[in-house]
Amino acid sequence: MTVLEQPGSSRHTSGPAGPPPAWRPRVDPAPLLPEAEPHRLLGTDAARRLDPALLKRLYTELVRGRRYNTQATALTRQGRLAVYPSSAGQEACQVAAALALDEQDWLFPSYRDTLAAVARGLDPVQALTLLRGDWHTGYDPYEHRIAPLCTPLATQLPHAVGLAHAARLKGDDVVALAMVGDGGTSEGDFHEALNFAAVWQAPVVFLVQNNGFAISVPLAKQTAAPTLAHKAVGYGMPGRLVDGNDAPALHEVLTEAVRRAREGGGPTLVEAVTYRIEAHTNADDATRYRTQAEVESWRAHDPIALLERELTDRDLLTEEFATATRDGAERLAADLRERMHTEPPLDPMDLFDHVFTQQTGQLRAQAAQLRAELDAEAEGHPETTTGTAMPAQEARP
Amino acid sequence: MTTTTAPTARKPATMAQALTRALRDAMAEDPAVHVMGEDVGTLGGVFRVTDGLAKEFGEDRCSDTPLAEAGILGTAVGMAMYGLRPVVEMQFDAFAYPAFEQLISHVARMRNRTRGAVAMPLTIRIPYGGGIGGVEHHSDSSEAYYLATPGLQVVTPATVEDAYGLLRASIASDDPVVFLEPKRLYWTKADWSPDAPAPVAPLGRAEIRRRGSSATLITYGPSLPVCLEAAEAARAEGWDLEVLDLRTLVPFDDDTVCASVRRTGRAVIVHESNGFGGPGGEIAARITERCFHYLEAPVLRVAGFDIPYPPPMLERHHLPGVDRILDTVARLQWESRWTEGRGA
Repeated sequence: MTVLEQPGSSRHTSGPAGPPPAWRPRVDPAPLLPEAEPHRLLGTDAARRLDPALLKRLYTELVRGRRYNTQATALTRQGRLAVYPSSAGQEACQVAAALALDEQDWLFPSYRDTLAAVARGLDPVQALTLLRGDWHTGYDPYEHRIAPLCTPLATQLPHAVGLAHAARLKGDDVVALAMVGDGGTSEGDFHEALNFAAVWQAPVVFLVQNNGFAISVPLAKQTAAPTLAHKAVGYGMPGRLVDGNDAPALHEVLTEAVRRAREGGGPTLVEAVTYRIEAHTNADDATRYRTQAEVESWRAHDPIALLERELTDRDLLTEEFATATRDGAERLAADLRERMHTEPPLDPMDLFDHVFTQQTGQLRAQAAQLRAELDAEAEGHPETTTGTAMPAQEARP
Repeated sequence: MTTTTAPTARKPATMAQALTRALRDAMAEDPAVHVMGEDVGTLGGVFRVTDGLAKEFGEDRCSDTPLAEAGILGTAVGMAMYGLRPVVEMQFDAFAYPAFEQLISHVARMRNRTRGAVAMPLTIRIPYGGGIGGVEHHSDSSEAYYLATPGLQVVTPATVEDAYGLLRASIASDDPVVFLEPKRLYWTKADWSPDAPAPVAPLGRAEIRRRGSSATLITYGPSLPVCLEAAEAARAEGWDLEVLDLRTLVPFDDDTVCASVRRTGRAVIVHESNGFGGPGGEIAARITERCFHYLEAPVLRVAGFDIPYPPPMLERHHLPGVDRILDTVARLQWESRWTEGRGA
């Protein structure tokens, strides 16, 4: 333990020596420490007490989620999506995050978390707008209280803290849940967001999906922390370590963290240990940095298979339920496929709207230039445009 | 307006006091206005601009944050998403750089990325510029970084009245504003009553501070007093200089600038920011694109050298001064063959 050296306490200076001022740690770190092993329910006796309705709900969402992932990946191969960072293998994290929140709460997803947004009720086509490329954010964030999908890593975390803080200042019952990956925990914004959240005791839950890789860089090159959940202790908030493929366990931990935040208990950091079964995106080649054997070992710990075993053991996976679940997932995929195969309406003039509340003169001139180019293009004479946003030079009178 | 109250005595007020009053009036008028930053609460800010606000409005409305600029601006983004109107103080120009990613990647483009669904009514106050004997990292002119980013308004007052009026307009704006406060003008005084009604100044309008006919000095923020002094000194040389205060760099007031240059036929842009890649290059290009046939000489610039900001004992050599401005005015081809050839 550090003993604070006080001015005047050194024997090299004159004056009476006294005891150092009282010192104690600001909070007791022991209760903040995460579990020694990832928290699990499936395969344990505790799982027997889980509500069948919750298990079936989670299962339905996981199956839908997996089908959504395979369909979105297929859409990249068909050229319908510019890129898709799949959450295959991480569906339990996506689904549990969405289900832990109430209607009035806010979700702050990263680009890999479109499934969480869909599980919260967002139209999949709107969720994928960013990745199709017809606009950046394809939805009104206020409609389902889902912040724009965030690409610069961890930069959405302080937004979640600020929004939750603002809601609390206004006396509103709102919790924000922010999602980030293991790579994102190395970013400065991760640190600043956790620090602000703890100092302000903001009603925020940070969910780290530790899927093992930041594109190609493994966790060992990302951090020397005992676990990512341990980082919480340094900020004075509890850290929780959970098996990210155990949907009921993660749902339990997140629900508890959300409840704690709602009741004024402050933020929680949850590390969900999971695995990215697919490559970073369709443009990545994962064979360059990991073995097939490792991938297979995680396939054996698949979130859907884990939950299926529990449902089967408890005779909850009836033929009727299984079929209905599968059919529902197929309907989601068919609808997504069909709607993504129609060309999105594009109006290039949109580019100039919403830069500011009102267009500046500069933007009006540039919009007029593009309008003229479009008109000439439509008439088949693109070469006839003026090609400039400049006003004509005025002759000197 | 009719009023029965006795006219308030006008007394000298500083730019810092005018800014404080703008913040206080905005907070009193709109409960959504929240001031946040380092040392803005109990201390009242290192320049005392937020003096008394925490006491008057409570620490929830004027709050000391942890020392982390990205976190300050990042949380302000979330607060703005929830309907607040945060006014963020960055302690010094060069200390604002950690917040750059939040500013560029989120503040500037949130409205655009969400097709107008999410507004960012944020004001980011940044004391900037040199001339106060500051040690390293306390004197940067960082405006070029901001005006190169679509989606940001960039505002900088040069007078006590504008400090009030432009800050009120910035806070009222539904779009983000980088509000650059020339720190060497914080203590300049004006005959300005801190109690009398004060006008809100519109964003995007330049102002002629001195009428003249020979050439236009185009400037803003900390360089305005230097330009006015240069214009007085120029009379001895026979030049009658017009001095134009841009007040907002974005949106840029092409109309007022071009009207002036078309009248005088000559223009010099004066700023502390480095010349290469600085605002002057953009302004010169805009003038040339619009007023070429009116120009008697190339548009010239007096700018900071293209060097990292100097240590305080050398900064006077870097900053645009009266002599350097007059030397530049002298190079505006007063007796050029071009002018003679046209019989002007």
